[in-house]
Amino acid sequence: MIELIKRLTKKFFNIFGKQGNVKLGFYGPPNAGKTSLANRICQDWLGEDIGTVSKVPHETRSVQFKERVVIEKGKKKVEFNLIDTPGIATKIDFEDFMKFGMKKPEAQSRAKEATQGIIEAIKWLEDIDAVIVVLDSSLNPYSQVNITIIGNLVARKIPVLIVANKIDLRKSDIKKIKAAFPEYEVVGVSARTGENMENFYEELFKLVKKAN
Amino acid sequence: MTKQQDLTIHFMPYSEIEKEDSTGRIKKILNIILQNKIVIVQGRLKAEEESRLIGDTMVLIDHVKGFKGVELAVVSSSDKLGIFDKLKHNLARMLVGQQDALTIIGPANLVKEIKRNPQKIELFLKK
Repeated sequence: MIELIKRLTKKFFNIFGKQGNVKLGFYGPPNAGKTSLANRICQDWLGEDIGTVSKVPHETRSVQFKERVVIEKGKKKVEFNLIDTPGIATKIDFEDFMKFGMKKPEAQSRAKEATQGIIEAIKWLEDIDAVIVVLDSSLNPYSQVNITIIGNLVARKIPVLIVANKIDLRKSDIKKIKAAFPEYEVVGVSARTGENMENFYEELFKLVKKAN
Repeated sequence: MTKQQDLTIHFMPYSEIEKEDSTGRIKKILNIILQNKIVIVQGRLKAEEESRLIGDTMVLIDHVKGFKGVELAVVSSSDKLGIFDKLKHNLARMLVGQQDALTIIGPANLVKEIKRNPQKIELFLKK
């Protein structure tokens, strides 16, 4: 009953559109380049970063926000609140961080923060309007984490755009991602070099419009 | 003399979780995982149950010493179906539940990786 009231209230307010209050979430496994892509967007349109990036997994360990991101191209304009979430994983081992030169206490602390970050990211799924799923196009896309994230978004009827990141890498294979998720729009980019960002923004316009 | 290691695979038929609510299903699975066993569930969890399983796993990592999480994979016959067959499949699923899938879940300190590609599953164990 409470769920029904929640849905009706949401629908009622949606009649008037979200008026720039679309919550656009960045989801995906660790080290796929969510923050790199979020930084690229924020640099392109706001001239500032949203977070730090690193080769060490779970660099983003809490949800990060950037409010009122406005993208304008010709007559097209969209506005959204950008929500960059920690990478979702099914396992966290502090010893993996020690391979990057961290001391045990630092690695243990990072592992604890990472587990909390994943819990926070999953909770945010309940309050998000549209999602960009960022995948590393040089890796096998058939991971259960990817399937679980996308399955959840489908069950919640949240519009999804899949970004195949790292197309600048030699091993990158967008076709594999398209084959794994044939029902979704997939756009390849390199958040690092900025390659194909124009096409990405075209898809982003469509995604945010769907959520409005 | 080499040290002998046991590997237990626990099969959980659909009938065992059919009447459980989400909390009961996840609890049942994680209880077995904590005993260092691999679980093969007949059927698959709902999308929201899968994400809840990940969330509960993270809570356990924080609270159970030595527990590092899980590796999981699902193989389903519906992955490669056409639109009409998918509709039939979804109708059958509504009537009898999704029994034509297998969910494999193992503790991360035992299972290094599960590769799913997409109708084949490879389980890589830790040495």
